[in-house]
Amino acid sequence: MMEVVAREAIPPFERFYMHHRDEVLAYLRRLLGQRAEDAWQETFLRALRAYARLEHGRHLRAWVFTIATNVAMDELRARPVARETVSQGSNGSDARAAVELRRDAYRELEHLTGDLPPTERAAVVLRYGYDLPYPDIAAALGSSEDAARAAASSGVRRLRRNLS
Amino acid sequence: MTVTADLDARFRAHALRNGLVDVRYDVVDAPIGPLLVAATDRGLCRISFTPEGADEVLARTFGNRVLRVPLDDVRRELDEYFEGRRTAFDLPLDLRVAPFHEAVLHELALVPYGHTATYGGLAAKVGRPRAARAVGTVMNRNPIPIVLPCHRIVGSNGSLTGYGGGLHVKRALLELEGALLPS
Repeated sequence: MMEVVAREAIPPFERFYMHHRDEVLAYLRRLLGQRAEDAWQETFLRALRAYARLEHGRHLRAWVFTIATNVAMDELRARPVARETVSQGSNGSDARAAVELRRDAYRELEHLTGDLPPTERAAVVLRYGYDLPYPDIAAALGSSEDAARAAASSGVRRLRRNLS
Repeated sequence: MTVTADLDARFRAHALRNGLVDVRYDVVDAPIGPLLVAATDRGLCRISFTPEGADEVLARTFGNRVLRVPLDDVRRELDEYFEGRRTAFDLPLDLRVAPFHEAVLHELALVPYGHTATYGGLAAKVGRPRAARAVGTVMNRNPIPIVLPCHRIVGSNGSLTGYGGGLHVKRALLELEGALLPS
C-alpha cells in the first residue's frame, strides 16, 4: 500500500526536473539538432505551468516526452530542418506489418534519424532510443497506437533504405 | 548529453521571472552547517537545519512547483549575521502559521540581538502568562529560526533547554551575539 502511494505521489518539481532534464535534451537534439536548447527550455516551462494541475505522479516520464514531442513538432512545422525529406505517407497494410529493430541495430542507424520526417523520427527515437511503449508514444504523437506503430515501422524501413 | 550549467541557470531564471514557481530554495553554507533557505513571492518562508528532504516539506506547504535558485538577499544577510556585521534582518517574511503562533513569533522578533528572554516572559507578552509550555511548542515549530530568534529564548533558570538545530547550535548563536561567554 505504501509503495503505491509513494509511486503516485507528485515529486517536488526540482526532483522531476533533475531526473529528466538530460534525457529530454538528448531526445530533442535527435529531433532538432542545434535548435534543441530553445525547445528544451520551452518543454520544461510548459511542464512547470502544468505541474500545479497534475493530479498524480504516474507516467511523468511519458508525460514530459509528450510535451517535448509537441514542442518539437511545432518547431519542425514552423521551420523544417534542411535535410528533411517529405513524408511519403504510408500504405496502411504495409504500416501495420510491424517492423521491429534490435537495440544494437538501432545504434547503427541512429545517426540517420535526422533524415526522417518528423513523426517517424519522433516515433523511432522514442521507441528505440528511449524504450517508450507504444501507448505512450501514441500519447506523445497525439495519435492512435496503430498510427504510432506504423510511424515507427515506416521510419525503420526508411532508415534501412537510406543505409543501403 | 547533459544540460550545461548555463542552460540550467537560464531555465531557472526564466521560470522565476514568469511567476511559475510556488517556492524557491537554496542551500547556504553557514559556520553552524548547511542551511536550507526558502522563499515565496511574499518573502522568506523557511530556514531548515536539515536540507535533506526539505523540498518535500516545502511542496506540502506551498505547492509542488519547488525550484532551487540562488536566494542572494537571504544569503548575504545570513553571511553578514555570521560574520558579526548584522544584528537585525531586513528580509520580508511569509509566515503561514496559526494566530497564536503568529502572535508569539511577532513578540519573539522583538527580542534584541545579544539578549535573551524566557518562555514565561514571552507568554506574558502575548497575554497568556501561564502558557510557557505552549510558547515552547511555538519555538519548536518556528519555521524561520535564526531570523526569528528562538535561540534567544531560555528557561527561567537560564538553562538553554532545547533547540531544533541542536543545543550546540543554540550555544554557538548566543556566543556569536555575545549573550553567552564562549564555553
